[in-house]
Amino acid sequence: MAVNTSTLILFVLIYLACTFYVARLGYKKNSQTDGYMLAGRQVHPAIMALSYGAAFISTSAIIGFGGVAASLGMGLLWLVFMNIFFGIFIAFVVFGPRTRRMGLNLGSITYPEFIGKRFQSRFIQGFSGLLIAVFMPLYAASVLIGAGRFLETTLGINYNLALLIFTIIIASYVIKGGLLSVMYVDAMQGTLMLLGMAFLLVFTYSKLGGVVEAHQALTDMASLVPQALVDQGHRGWTAMPAFDSPIWWTMMSTITLGVGIGVLAQPQLAVRFMTVKDDRSLKRAVLVGGPFILMMAGVAYVVGALSNVYFYRTTGMISLQVAGGNTDIIMPEFLNQAMPETFVALFMLSLLAAAMSTAAAQFHTMGTSIGHDFYQQGLMNGKSTGTAVHATKLGIAFTILVSVALAYILPVSIIARATAMFMGLCTSAFLPLYMGALFWKRTTRAGATASLVVGSISSLFWLIFVHAKEAVPLKICLAIFGKETLLTGTWPLVDPILVATPLAFLTLIVVSLMTVPPSAEFLKKAYRLRFEDEEEEMSEPASHKATESTGV
Amino acid sequence: MLGIDDPQIWLAYVSCVLSALGCMVYGALNWKSEDEEQTVKSSTPKAAVQDQ
Repeated sequence: MAVNTSTLILFVLIYLACTFYVARLGYKKNSQTDGYMLAGRQVHPAIMALSYGAAFISTSAIIGFGGVAASLGMGLLWLVFMNIFFGIFIAFVVFGPRTRRMGLNLGSITYPEFIGKRFQSRFIQGFSGLLIAVFMPLYAASVLIGAGRFLETTLGINYNLALLIFTIIIASYVIKGGLLSVMYVDAMQGTLMLLGMAFLLVFTYSKLGGVVEAHQALTDMASLVPQALVDQGHRGWTAMPAFDSPIWWTMMSTITLGVGIGVLAQPQLAVRFMTVKDDRSLKRAVLVGGPFILMMAGVAYVVGALSNVYFYRTTGMISLQVAGGNTDIIMPEFLNQAMPETFVALFMLSLLAAAMSTAAAQFHTMGTSIGHDFYQQGLMNGKSTGTAVHATKLGIAFTILVSVALAYILPVSIIARATAMFMGLCTSAFLPLYMGALFWKRTTRAGATASLVVGSISSLFWLIFVHAKEAVPLKICLAIFGKETLLTGTWPLVDPILVATPLAFLTLIVVSLMTVPPSAEFLKKAYRLRFEDEEEEMSEPASHKATESTGV
Repeated sequence: MLGIDDPQIWLAYVSCVLSALGCMVYGALNWKSEDEEQTVKSSTPKAAVQDQ
């Protein structure tokens, strides 16, 4: 570790003091259920956008994908473009306003409750809550492990202790302060991440002689690509891989699957649409959201690819060789070797912030899912609404304990796949009925229920029995059928999203068309414009009128 | 362009920057629209009084 540990500990302490101060600001503003679960529906657009972005981008997106870009090259920038376009613009301008309005019309305070009430089904709410509460801890455990390892290497603390400290710090403000505290802290952490990445970009380009010079140097290194990669279609770090080659397919599937598809249906992100006061706030949030993703993912991929130039100049080797083939250590290695000590400390804090903000969003969503959606609405049929916040707090505490336990128990091979598993499951289970809820009035309760069940079961089936990346480490298929995957050939390579999501969409459409549509009265209530939005829609003619009258 | 020969890559690079800028412009226009509206609204009664 290049940076002085005592400097870093000092930075971390200041950072933690700020975190608690900001969390307290959020806590003081929050008194009722809406406040605890939805941050009072009055959040500033910039805070919403930063919180959305910070929850979206975890440490592994910066370190892991930066390393992948160092290996595969800048073609991954298409993923950044798609993330900005779908993950921010389409999400905030097309999905966001309808989610917010409908959520308010139907009085829902969580994502499962939103889809449950939209289809007037406690089963949908309870089942979605359970699905999130059971599978999100896996994803949370992978973030916890990442943070624990990170603290272990940077601060020299024992791994088990690091994991506990990290969890307790986040748990304290999530449980006590609710979503408003989480979003305030996210915004602070998001700002820190922005600062860290901006410095990283400027340092890297200036170290390599400028933007064009750095790119040109990387272009000129095409001949240094290892033969093994060339055989698989690698044509240099500033060129797309050869069409139809294995690397081309890897890149294309990463881009298409990594795109907002997963983002659009993630409960911990979608719930943030309901925290702002009006539709215009969501449109305004785009101002911060777009550049934020560019500065996170975009900078990580560009710097990752350019690390090859730095390492070649200093060591005569490309990044992959310096890291001994492990893409995960390329970015940390580059930071430690190329950046000034103070910057490394600042950047380490940004990474810690990235992990904390993602984990906090997960804890809050898991807790509301199990406490409010599954227990209170699903099991108790909504009879104990008086203690909504209390049940959620218990839910958060419970799911945090489960996540920590999983982090200690599960083998690394499974944890490494946890994020992809959770995102795949969310997409297949939630995306079809979420889109149906927002954009297709003909969607029926039966159609939505069938789609949710088919999407989740087929996704899980494919994960456990067919898709080699999960089926092999899980070993369930091996234990039952005596072979690693049920199907052979190219099937084990096909991602569950590509099988389960179309199936769930098809189920939604077919079952909806076969069943009785929801009443016109209910649809009118769900799709109704709010007063402030009617005002917004009216604003243009109204202002014309005003101008005309002043003219007269 | 930009030291990158493959158009598929520099196009990606430029698209990323332009889409982020586009987001900023879109957000800013939505920010501005209400300010203008408020100005119109607040100036309306005053103007009406002057007209009378």
